Amino acid sequence: MPGSLHIITLVKWVPDAQLERRIGEDRRLDRSQGILGELDEHPLETALQIKEQHDADVRVSALTMGPPGASAAVKKALQIGADDGFHLTDEALQAADIWTTSGALAAAIKYVRTTAEDSDYLVLTGMASEDGETAAVPAQLAGRLSVPALTQARSVVLTDRQVVVERLSGNRLQKVSAALPAVVAVTDQANEPRYPNFRAIMKAKKKPTTTFSLTELGLTRYAVESKVSLIAAEPRPERQAGEIIHDDGNAGQKTVEFLEKEGLL
Amino acid sequence: MTQVLVFFDRVENQLTPAQAELLTHADALGDAVVVTGSLPPEGPAPLAVQGVTGVLTGAGPMYAPDPALADLVSAAAAELSPDLILGPDTPDTVDALSRAAVSLNAGLITGANGVTGSGSATKSVLAGSWRTTARISEEGPLLATLRPNTASQQVIPAEAPEVVELEVAASSAVEILEEAELPDSGRPDLTEASTVVAFGRGVDGDLSLVEQLADELGAALGASRVATDAGWIDHSAQVGQTGVTVAPQLYISVGISGAVHQKAGMQTSGTIVAINRDEDAPVFEIADFGVVGDLNDVLPQMIAELRRRAK
Repeated sequence: MPGSLHIITLVKWVPDAQLERRIGEDRRLDRSQGILGELDEHPLETALQIKEQHDADVRVSALTMGPPGASAAVKKALQIGADDGFHLTDEALQAADIWTTSGALAAAIKYVRTTAEDSDYLVLTGMASEDGETAAVPAQLAGRLSVPALTQARSVVLTDRQVVVERLSGNRLQKVSAALPAVVAVTDQANEPRYPNFRAIMKAKKKPTTTFSLTELGLTRYAVESKVSLIAAEPRPERQAGEIIHDDGNAGQKTVEFLEKEGLL
Repeated sequence: MTQVLVFFDRVENQLTPAQAELLTHADALGDAVVVTGSLPPEGPAPLAVQGVTGVLTGAGPMYAPDPALADLVSAAAAELSPDLILGPDTPDTVDALSRAAVSLNAGLITGANGVTGSGSATKSVLAGSWRTTARISEEGPLLATLRPNTASQQVIPAEAPEVVELEVAASSAVEILEEAELPDSGRPDLTEASTVVAFGRGVDGDLSLVEQLADELGAALGASRVATDAGWIDHSAQVGQTGVTVAPQLYISVGISGAVHQKAGMQTSGTIVAINRDEDAPVFEIADFGVVGDLNDVLPQMIAELRRRAK
């Protein structure tokens, strides 16, 4: 275990998947409401468990990129247990694609690292964001930071300067190690995230959050221009309920007859 | 002519259905060259398929999650200047292409349903509730991963392609300490199957009926989060927002209430059949055919009827 470790967990403020989500006329996702993405609670839990398991000096930072409202995701992360928060917000980052997101986050991580330069670091992310669902940002971010990416992690163990994860690679279950620094994307199977209690919520009010824009990162609007843009978006027609029968003793047969009629046998 | 570079993290002695399907797409788009981290001992024979004009590998095999796979893709792209770089939508492929996109200075779209030679792609987003089209804003290439279409595609055999080694070697950035293949169920892969039988809380830990039904239909087995959390089947079988997204021609939901989370993973299926005891289960709102009844009555009758017809 390193003498001092800095874990940066990426958290995203996303529209609640339980509610109706929509893409507007401007072909942008409606982000007027949001929550801390559920999948981002798992890497945060991993970070907090590492901190608790090691007596050494471990600092957990929560980093988000998003509109002003995204500060709510950082606030929630601080309540759950992160030590400090960072929020990159800039109009030029609206409708960011994978390229722009990973570029801005890599620069943001370098910025966050200037506050703790002499420690090792580990970046933890969720397996995907619940809005973009590309699952591509962790590996692209790792590429930009020139560090290895271990995605699909079902478990994460830190020993000395090595991170060891269990992950699924196709139909193979692997145990893989990499030296720090590294990016690890944690699945929702990795742990059961904790809920913030009252004491933690009170304590979180005193924790520092730094808000910054592309200017502080030395990036121009041009440097983060998306490579891919949405040119059309339409809602999928709602599925309609079909024929519903109550089992009168012949439902199994009737189901097979339905499959045959539809040409599915 | 569109030049397509197709990435497979590994090629084994038989192409997976997703790999075969991708090669038929690539053939329809233009000339395809396959770049892969490893070939089977017998060489490129599995890639002797119409449309594949050549095969590129590194100097020696390399395996996911080695970041050298991304370097290999970049090196192959530098040789060929492709319009499109495609791969199947698996996590290891997403990782390699995401990383390669950085060094290639190129746009990336994951989980696409279709792509064109001019660099646009269609995909389902927001858990299948919206359909979008996206396009690269500059000159190519476009990197994209494609979801299996689940319509079985026949590859047309051709002469074995020539293999050229690139000067990219495995790195020491990651070390695979242990590796074990998951037990083979003998059923099709969940993401690639044309029929899926999925079960939930309702089976109460007894998989015998859903397994028999799946086998009668040649289907893959999927499960709800409740069923995987209970340990009734491996987590890799979980269908839903945080698990596997499936879009088979036929999806049979057995004893699953069908909350938003589950629905997200299957609502783009062709036909949905639901069997549940609770007539208020949300799954009935999207089912093309629903049975309100006890699965322990309905499934044995279905299985018997399917067996009778098979004779």
